[in-house]
Amino acid sequence: MADTASQMAPTTARDMTGPHGPKPRRALSGRNIMIYGTLIVVSIYYLLPLYVMIVTSLKGMPEIRMGNIFAPPMEITFEPWVKAWSEACTGLNCDGLSRGFWNSVRITVPSVIVSIAIASVNGYALANWKFKGADIFFTILIFGAFIPYQVMLYPIVILLREMGLYGSLTGLVIVHSIFGMPILTLLFRNYFTSLPEELFKAARVDGAGFWGIYFQIMLPMSLPIFVVAMILQVTGIWNDFLFGVVYTKPDLYPMTVQLNNIVNSVQGVKEYNVNMAATILTGLVPLIIYFVSGRLFVRGIAAGAVKG
Amino acid sequence: MTITTQSTGQPSVEVRDLVLKFGELTVLKNLNLDVYEGEFLVLLGSSGCGKSTLLNCIAGLLDVSGGQIFIKGNNVTWAEPSERGIGMVFQSYALYPQMTVEGNMSFGLKNQKLPKDEIAQRVARAAEILQIEPLMKRKPSALSGGQRQRVAIGRALVRDVDVFLFDEPLSNLDAKLRADLRVELKQLHQQLENTMIYVTHDQVEAMTLADRIAIMKDGLIQQLASPEEIYNRPANLYVADFIGSPSMNLIKGKLSGDTFDADGFAVSVAGYDFSRQPSSNEVWFGIRPEHVELGEGSGPHFEVTAEVVEPLGSDTLVMTRLGGERFWLRMDGQSRVTSGDKLTIGLPVHAVSLFDGRDETRL
Repeated sequence: MADTASQMAPTTARDMTGPHGPKPRRALSGRNIMIYGTLIVVSIYYLLPLYVMIVTSLKGMPEIRMGNIFAPPMEITFEPWVKAWSEACTGLNCDGLSRGFWNSVRITVPSVIVSIAIASVNGYALANWKFKGADIFFTILIFGAFIPYQVMLYPIVILLREMGLYGSLTGLVIVHSIFGMPILTLLFRNYFTSLPEELFKAARVDGAGFWGIYFQIMLPMSLPIFVVAMILQVTGIWNDFLFGVVYTKPDLYPMTVQLNNIVNSVQGVKEYNVNMAATILTGLVPLIIYFVSGRLFVRGIAAGAVKG
Repeated sequence: MTITTQSTGQPSVEVRDLVLKFGELTVLKNLNLDVYEGEFLVLLGSSGCGKSTLLNCIAGLLDVSGGQIFIKGNNVTWAEPSERGIGMVFQSYALYPQMTVEGNMSFGLKNQKLPKDEIAQRVARAAEILQIEPLMKRKPSALSGGQRQRVAIGRALVRDVDVFLFDEPLSNLDAKLRADLRVELKQLHQQLENTMIYVTHDQVEAMTLADRIAIMKDGLIQQLASPEEIYNRPANLYVADFIGSPSMNLIKGKLSGDTFDADGFAVSVAGYDFSRQPSSNEVWFGIRPEHVELGEGSGPHFEVTAEVVEPLGSDTLVMTRLGGERFWLRMDGQSRVTSGDKLTIGLPVHAVSLFDGRDETRL
């Protein structure tokens, strides 16, 4: 034993002093140059239009007419932003995008809340309370996700007209809530299926009912999936153009429709700086949503999609 | 002795002709079971035998396809789980992750709308019994496996129920902790004297905890008896083979008169306590490795050769061959046997089990 120990000792000592692991690679290897080069080119490809938009929106019209779209502004002005928000004209209205913004808020907030509230209960019922015909119900619901929207456009016009909701925000909110249902229900069902079944059983033994289990057990465990659903719905509904233009009237157009009307207006000079500012303003809401909840989004997507 | 007191006791849980189907598959087939007041009944079987399904039916977590369930004389076949007077402990503990230990234990009581001081009192009492008082403000994620399972038991305990249902509660724990909690569960049962139904696939848990064991296979109870009875007088070939490690030595052969005869091995079974006549002369001869006598004992004896020796410390298992079949012996851990050694063994008739060759039930 003693012999072995003395033989071992030098080896151990040497191992402890020096660096471990394989030889590190050089930072500027051909491989790295390839990888980072590609990444940088792709980043520029994506970031350049954004750069042009921001820069242009901060220039005055005389500077834009000089034609250097990549040049930074010589004189920074926020006037185009103010104009885009509160003065730009669409048709007879000259109160800028602000009207569209508030319309979009009034469409998005209730649509998101209603669709998520209903879809989460749907998903919960489908995952945990296997009622008779649940599978058929689910299949029909999922089938709805594959029908192109255009097919249903006109029938819904008739439906809304018959209900007296055509041209109103309420009608549009209902349409958005219904169209969000298949994908959201699938999302929630898969998430709730991935939660341990014994938890649900324990709550039943503990005397909690359908709503008790939903609110006290399931909801507190489901923040990530609610964030995912919220992001999907907010961006989807905020960016919607088709339903907005079909089911509302000019006074109630959402921001996207109004943006189009500002940018594509044929009268007068094309005010590129105002157009750029208006576009950025319109895209700001989904952008902020992504930045604030991106991390939760990834977690929730992973939890909901992999299992079930 | 315990058996007699229980069989005269009040049935606490009665299962009558229970049928459960999942689509085309029949999981439980006209199953009948009486569990007596204060009894610790273990449902034992390999996976897929329907033991957990039966427990879930008793708990009301599965809708039965036929038959009835009574708890304390009340027909609860279609009652909600919470109305049945049961508490349940799950394999995965199933603690509500967002609630503290206290919240977990009081959740059921809050659903019953009990007054606050009563809830606090019951939770405190359960915490004391299970010695989890220092953990009350913690979340389940901050507990070890053993602590979590204690909390899960506590959650059933506070509800002051007639029947406790355990669904493999110790399976997720490591071996040492499992043995500790097993002892605690037994003490808890002695203290509370509640009816307990316990599902497990671990025969050591079953033998040590149970007043009676129900061995299940293919949705039917194969034998329902005390651990001693099941060990000594298995009702059929399946039970004989399932219980014991290594399992009972089983040799198929012919019975003519008092002599069992199989492939170059004949033994007299004179004095065997037949419960009925075999349906043919085909029978199974069974004896447990630990019941084989070494040396020339009182009964008939044979010479065998040790083929494989497995020293376990406390005992030594020796594989030999008898009647053309593998034949295991359990010897003292201190005995020095090596493979190739000749051994003389005796097969005492009182330790032998005979099974019918056709329907495989005990003779």
